[in-house]
Amino acid sequence: MSAGDSGEQARDQQASEEQAGSVAVASEAEASEQVAAEVALASAPDVLAGSLGEYTRIWLRRVRNGESGALPVIIGLIAIGAYFQISQHAFLSAANIANLMAQAGWIIAIAMAQAFVLLLGEIDLSVGYNAAVGATITFWMLAVRNPFPTWVAILAGLAVCGAIAAIEALIIVWLRIPSFVVTLAGLLGLSGVLLWLFEKTGSVGLGGVISDTGFKSGFVNDLVFGNLPPAVGWIALAAVVVLSGAFLITRDQRRRAHGLVAPPLSVTILKLAVMAAIGVVLVLVLNVNRSKGVTPLQGVPWVVPIVLGLLVVTSVLLGRTRFGRYMYAVGGNPEAARRAGINLARIRVLAFTCGGVMAGVTGILYASNLGSISNDFDGGQYVLYSVAGAVIGGVSLFGGRGRMLGAVLGGFVVAVIYNGVDLLGLGAAAQYIWTAIVLLAAVTLDSLARRNSTTR
Amino acid sequence: MVANGSEDGTRPAEAGRVPSGSTLPGAGATVADGAPLLRLRGISKNFGPVQALIGVDLDIPAGQVTALVGDNGAGKSTLIKTVAGIWPPSSGDILWNGRPVHIHSPRDATNLGIAAVYQDLALCDNLDIVQNMLLGHEKQRFGLLDEVSMELTAKQTLTDLRVTTVRSVRQPVGSLSGGQRQAVAVAKAVMQEAKLVIMDEPTAALGVSQTELVLSLVTQLASTGHAVLVISHNLNDVFQVADRIAVLYLGRLVAVGPAAEFDRQSAVDLMTTGVSTRMGNGSGGERTGSPGLSSGSED
Repeated sequence: MSAGDSGEQARDQQASEEQAGSVAVASEAEASEQVAAEVALASAPDVLAGSLGEYTRIWLRRVRNGESGALPVIIGLIAIGAYFQISQHAFLSAANIANLMAQAGWIIAIAMAQAFVLLLGEIDLSVGYNAAVGATITFWMLAVRNPFPTWVAILAGLAVCGAIAAIEALIIVWLRIPSFVVTLAGLLGLSGVLLWLFEKTGSVGLGGVISDTGFKSGFVNDLVFGNLPPAVGWIALAAVVVLSGAFLITRDQRRRAHGLVAPPLSVTILKLAVMAAIGVVLVLVLNVNRSKGVTPLQGVPWVVPIVLGLLVVTSVLLGRTRFGRYMYAVGGNPEAARRAGINLARIRVLAFTCGGVMAGVTGILYASNLGSISNDFDGGQYVLYSVAGAVIGGVSLFGGRGRMLGAVLGGFVVAVIYNGVDLLGLGAAAQYIWTAIVLLAAVTLDSLARRNSTTR
Repeated sequence: MVANGSEDGTRPAEAGRVPSGSTLPGAGATVADGAPLLRLRGISKNFGPVQALIGVDLDIPAGQVTALVGDNGAGKSTLIKTVAGIWPPSSGDILWNGRPVHIHSPRDATNLGIAAVYQDLALCDNLDIVQNMLLGHEKQRFGLLDEVSMELTAKQTLTDLRVTTVRSVRQPVGSLSGGQRQAVAVAKAVMQEAKLVIMDEPTAALGVSQTELVLSLVTQLASTGHAVLVISHNLNDVFQVADRIAVLYLGRLVAVGPAAEFDRQSAVDLMTTGVSTRMGNGSGGERTGSPGLSSGSED
């Protein structure tokens, strides 16, 4: 726009004005039409719709434009589930669903661990072995002759995992090395630490395995295999539905009281109804006696409320606290976050630490599911599950986008494949290939949808 | 075609705050409505042997739009970065409310009430308007984010700035148009108690209607009592919104005065050669636009 001499500049400006004049006519004609569509596309239907019909309309438009939220994962989940059910009728049996929940617990947890880091636009390749190291510490502390109290052992395992991730993050932040490299070193180093730990456990970890059979308390085993009594399952479900209903409705009322737009009551009730329906089916199925023997085996496995609890806590952390907001800001535009006075290093270290603690949870759920932790833990493979789960659930690899609910659903998809392929007896080869195809499909769908929705 | 008359045509309501007197740098003169918010005295800036700024004297009064114009390499960006604390001046004084201050970092500038909106805008595309506007200044209730009160604050600020084209403050900033993004960036600055808002090429790369949006925002900022310093290449925009114009040429301030004293030709001459025959002798850093020589508003 600069010009060498005044004449040229004046001509430039005249030309640009004339050009601009014609553009203005076109753009204003289009503007009114586009505004409505653009706004609907951009905003959550929650904040625009006044009625159920309008809500549905906006939501459908968003789906068409690729802002579909959890929808693709849910559709994918139904499709995969249907395929497995048709191929092998045992898939949706009560026994297998309980088994699926037990397997899914740790896969969901590892996807959540990775999501913490992916939201920053970073990656933690060491989550798998970090989980194993934490679980080994916990199991070691419980398997010695004079065992520590269970809660001490579990907290110690989680603390070690958090500390390892924090150290990695400090290296990333201080030396400004990409997280990919630091955590790759972490992956290698921690797999070594795992072997070394087993050497140090002596007779406890004989043969490279620490089993939970000798534990005084059955708590760790129960984390995955314990079941809620059937009545408690129903009470818990009722409590969850009532509490979420109360929360959603009071929140919306507060917004309306301040003159802000809130989703229509009909939508809230519909959401609660869907939630309650899924819950009822799940509790109903899991309360069926799955035992083929004399002692009954029924009830919702503990792992279900544990994962739901983790989901609530992490969602509140990400969605309703300053720390969570800053994580999204750092993931979206680090420079903007820095100029807003956010301490990037602090947020990064804290987020890695949260991911590390979540890796600790993964390790304990994994070991509980297997009944043991061993030094042939495949941490390299499980990292890939973590990334696949998070990305399938819509957590962007480039940071700043995604929710914990997505990571949970994505992790569940991976678990369903893991379980279903196992049930069909197809073995590891098919399992890896299936996971790969679903991952690729999820990412392709996501990037195609985003490309279509880009307006600028 | 030459839009010199816009000063009177587009903003009759604000005509009253346009000062009648001119500011003569070095002479210690002030504008009609009191002492300027920011005064630069003899600001020089060297980068090694390169003299980017040479003895710049400039007053930025509150409640007015000061446009800083000049060709590429004239030192506009160097000057605003000096004020915004990106780097300190090599020599010279900065007076804030008549008090000498040292601005060593962007944080110092922010603490004084100086907000700079650079061309990159520094917005998070993945966050919505409210989240962007309150980033780093979130409100809390029972230890959790208080979305209702933040949304109300953001809406109020946008209303005060008469930004009405945004239909929902809950849409992600990534989905906004260029002008709307600029508006959000400015609103964010204003919300953080800025007294002086510096805008670097706010209308670059914007379409016509978007430019109008941003220009009306600039006007609105000044009428709410903010001092506004706008860098622009586009003289249409400058003449439309500026109360005062300062021209930089090769690091020197060659002219400064009420916008009415400039016309398009004299501004272009000053920007490209440092002198304007239509405004008398403009040589050296001493010259300022003198009253009475403006072409006025013929249309």
